[in-house]
Amino acid sequence: MKNKSLVSITDFSKDEIMRIVELAAEFEANPNQKLLDGKVVASLFFEPSTRTRLSFETAITRLGGGIVGFSDSSSSSTTKGETLKDTTIMVSNYSDLIVMRHPLEGAARYASEQASVPIINAGDGANQHPTQTLLDLYSIYKTQGTLDNLNIFLVGDLKYGRTVHSLLMAMSHFNTTFNFIAPDSLKMPDEYKLFLDSKGIKYYEHSEFTDIISAADILYMTRVQRERFSDPIEYEKVKNVYVLRNSMLNNTKDNLRILHPLPRVNEIHTDVDDNPKAYYFQQAENGVYARMAIIASILGLK
Amino acid sequence: MVIKKELSVSAIENGTVIDHIPANHLFKVISILGLDKIESMITFGTNFISKKQGKKAIIKVADMFFEDDDINKISLIAPTAKLNIIKDYQVVEKRSVEIPENIVGIAKCFNPKCITNNETITTKFKLAGKDPLALKCHYCEKITTEDHLEVL
Repeated sequence: MKNKSLVSITDFSKDEIMRIVELAAEFEANPNQKLLDGKVVASLFFEPSTRTRLSFETAITRLGGGIVGFSDSSSSSTTKGETLKDTTIMVSNYSDLIVMRHPLEGAARYASEQASVPIINAGDGANQHPTQTLLDLYSIYKTQGTLDNLNIFLVGDLKYGRTVHSLLMAMSHFNTTFNFIAPDSLKMPDEYKLFLDSKGIKYYEHSEFTDIISAADILYMTRVQRERFSDPIEYEKVKNVYVLRNSMLNNTKDNLRILHPLPRVNEIHTDVDDNPKAYYFQQAENGVYARMAIIASILGLK
Repeated sequence: MVIKKELSVSAIENGTVIDHIPANHLFKVISILGLDKIESMITFGTNFISKKQGKKAIIKVADMFFEDDDINKISLIAPTAKLNIIKDYQVVEKRSVEIPENIVGIAKCFNPKCITNNETITTKFKLAGKDPLALKCHYCEKITTEDHLEVL
């Protein structure tokens, strides 16, 4: 996968995904490897995203690489009206790799066609965020010891949540059983269900968030956002229904782990934080190792 | 009253007749095929009565024969179009149009947050469904359906 851009999770095959997951484990065991010595990585954040940016910059620093870039578009030449094409071509002359976050959908794909160096998509609007998916996969692999044959419950906003869509696409390689728990207005879109049907993957849909989670290996929580509802009464009805509390975890499996892409608002009650099944903060830490693995393999250093 | 049958458009010796174009899309078809920039003799007419489609348009282009890839570009706006290939005043071949697998530079992505609607970029789609029509944007990966379709 040397010199291959990572724009969408579907750009990576099952073997390439497994390679990243295994490399991430290797970097976690030995995080300070100066493989990027003398290399420059451009970190272009056209919109602010502190968690993703710091995670990438930590990964690059641990690999011994240099970083150039900006953390929001007000400090870039975009404010002067420069096109994405020109910025990308210019920056690819300076750097060995570009990490890009952009508010417009398709920006990373377009940039990857303009740049002479590989692009890692760090989020393009509501479209793709493949490094989040790879860190989710690493978190699942690390806590379950495998990616195969797991029962994954996705909870909350399954309609607009790009993390759940990408996770679904990636896990479709591993004979996963899916359970979707969402209010009617935020159900998993048909196109993803048709995709699962076409691959012969089992899924079940629920609107109640109850003790059905006792069968789960992974509980992936997402935020139900007020701005997704055209009817405020509808939001008021569901906003407290999809909240996970510690008492709901009593009859769950020992190997269950709770994941969340963060930031959390109220969908996981703070009384869950001390439960050993809560894994969302370690999940964020895994992001650094997953991104080290992605950068090292794209640059052909591992 | 007797309805007199007569040829509304004169016949051509050699060339292509594109018939059954939806009347409201005549000028778009002309522009997509680049007929506004060629030297050949062209006759066209619109708002002819058609039993099948109400009102239709027709284009006759002398001495021009289209490749499938070119003619298929009009399939998004004129799926009903039929081609008659004329040689020596005779129809020697009839063809229909087909929606291509890759649609480049013809349709507009419906997603206002797509990069193609914010910078000067040639749009690219993959055909994701024919009936109903569904085009998947190469860039933002969103599906543009028939009711949102806009031709550039």
